[in-house]
Amino acid sequence: MGKTLFDKIWDPHVVSERDGQTLLYIDRHLVHEVTSPQAFEGLRLAKRKVRRPDLTFATMDHNVPTEDRENIRDEISKAQIEALSQNCREFGITLFDLKNENQGIVHIIGPELGLTLPGTTVVCGDSHTSTHGAFGTLAFGIGTSEVEHVLATQCLVQKKPRTFKVEITGRRSPGVTSKDLILKLIGTIGTAGATGHVLEYTGPAMRELSMEGRMTVCNMSIEAGAKAGMIAPDETTFQYIAGKKFAPKGKEWEKSLQFWRSLPSDPVATYDRELTIDAGQVVPQVTWGTNPGMVVDVDGVVPSPGQVPGLARTDHERALEYMGLKAGTKITEVPIDVVFIGSCTNARIEDLRAAAGILKGRRVSKRVKVLVVPGSQQVKRQAEAEGLHKIFLEAGASFRESGCSMCLGMNPDQLQPQERCASTSNRNFEGRQGKGGRTHLVSPEMAAAAAIEGHFVDVRRWK
Amino acid sequence: MNSFESHRGKIATLDRANIDTDQIIPKQFLKSIKRTGYGESLFFDWRYLANGKPNPDFELNQPRFKDASILVTRNNFGCGSSREHAVWALVQYGLSVIIAPKKGETPAFADIFHNNSVKNGLLNVELNEAEVDEIFQMTGRYEGLEATVNLEEQRVTLNLPEEISFHFEIDRTVKEHLIRGLDEIGLTLRHEKEIDAFEKRHPSDSRTLILRSSDMPG
Repeated sequence: MGKTLFDKIWDPHVVSERDGQTLLYIDRHLVHEVTSPQAFEGLRLAKRKVRRPDLTFATMDHNVPTEDRENIRDEISKAQIEALSQNCREFGITLFDLKNENQGIVHIIGPELGLTLPGTTVVCGDSHTSTHGAFGTLAFGIGTSEVEHVLATQCLVQKKPRTFKVEITGRRSPGVTSKDLILKLIGTIGTAGATGHVLEYTGPAMRELSMEGRMTVCNMSIEAGAKAGMIAPDETTFQYIAGKKFAPKGKEWEKSLQFWRSLPSDPVATYDRELTIDAGQVVPQVTWGTNPGMVVDVDGVVPSPGQVPGLARTDHERALEYMGLKAGTKITEVPIDVVFIGSCTNARIEDLRAAAGILKGRRVSKRVKVLVVPGSQQVKRQAEAEGLHKIFLEAGASFRESGCSMCLGMNPDQLQPQERCASTSNRNFEGRQGKGGRTHLVSPEMAAAAAIEGHFVDVRRWK
Repeated sequence: MNSFESHRGKIATLDRANIDTDQIIPKQFLKSIKRTGYGESLFFDWRYLANGKPNPDFELNQPRFKDASILVTRNNFGCGSSREHAVWALVQYGLSVIIAPKKGETPAFADIFHNNSVKNGLLNVELNEAEVDEIFQMTGRYEGLEATVNLEEQRVTLNLPEEISFHFEIDRTVKEHLIRGLDEIGLTLRHEKEIDAFEKRHPSDSRTLILRSSDMPG
């Protein structure tokens, strides 16, 4: 029997097995300020050390302001950020802090520093750790108790997840992005459709995606409930990694390539579940409700209660009420107040280029406030080198410092009650971007076009 | 962590599917560096009005559910963010058991939430949809209905004159972990020699590239 990509990573990371539980070795542990302080405190109380500080990397991203980072006015945020600095000093962990040129959203800096490598295991106290799976990495989010466990032991006790292959065939039409593919999948299988499974994305539509596009797909695997999402490494992957700060070099690079080329699933490998989606049938997606599975085609309407399979009428009605939407309304007639281009889902250079491509030479609607937040300092510098920041500013958008920002509004970037936002982030949960705020998840292209028009438009037909 | 054997308590019902951890505990409460103090903020946006007063329409604020310690809800509870603060908030509010239904093949609880629950002694009970529907009905019919959840026997029993009880499945190691209240890190550290041995062979065996200290930034 053949092995899947997942098997080829899981098996060599098994330290020991007992009673159906596996002690799994972790190659990279990424840490941020929000889910780690209690873990470090646990270590102190038990007088334990960090086993492998050399495999542990930290940054601050969730709380950080995107303007005036020198003076953090929120004292509680400031204390949490300082606690991370103190913990990294005390336990000898490398930290990319607010003054560091490599600071950024943890899931953006891991890949861009070459910390995320094929065939490895990566964990972080953050559900969007699934992002790193784009490299043929087994990467998943953990809670704070597990963060403490990895800090102390460099291992995790795990039950082996099942596997789920999603083959994306065909070719995307112009205007259809990787974001639309993953939203379509979540809309198809639901927000718990892959719970207990590791997704492996295959097929020609995945192969032709850039690493940025693949990361967007893997990033949102968790929104389908998956333990992780992964894509086999190929030449696109190797080209992305080559020359990155922590990537292997010289002889090690050659050895690594040989290993990485052995990772793709064997043709005869079998999966617990399989599904095929035709990329050619996918159109730009817009969420209408309060979870990422509540999504429709841009040329569709807000669905009526009872129309969506698996969604209880009461839950549907509650979502419509929260979102301030009437069933039957055309998506392209929904007006918006705010556009957020950012987050670990869509704040890489390619995303900013795509948004800038739409905004170039245009002005955003007077009624819309537009926030562009690069995912990292590296992305920000690259955008500036390409002049993208000028395009954003001239269009009337603001261009900020890197961080999670309005994806979850732990910093000052928040929606006001009832404000409606076209967002390139990953969660349209109630209150996610600010109490009472209404989030519609879309691709960077869709967000940028909506910024200009003041309502959603179908980017495929829009000029 | 306290050990979990059998729990008797009042049931509260929350008839919503896909309750995400952003609802269980909103972001502004994640700035704390402590492990305690989250109970007051549980379901904050649903539980309190804009003026800070309790929202009388929210289920857990209703007198009939006062001091409930068993929450019965719908499928995919705890989806979304990995924040363990959600479990801390549920436990510190006073909940000991969450009951939710499996829906077809879809598990009742989101993965990370379930793992976090086990670490904090919060029992997640997965029943089937018809069973959960029955608890909803009975809780509606009998005000102040209590249940006994016996982990050893894997059984939920509604405390009614007519005996209504449901068997539930649970992973054997999770059950043992909850009953014995184990320190998982301590247990793993008993395998330190195996970890040492693994680390010696790991870089060459898998050719996973472990960083050398010379690669570390300044």
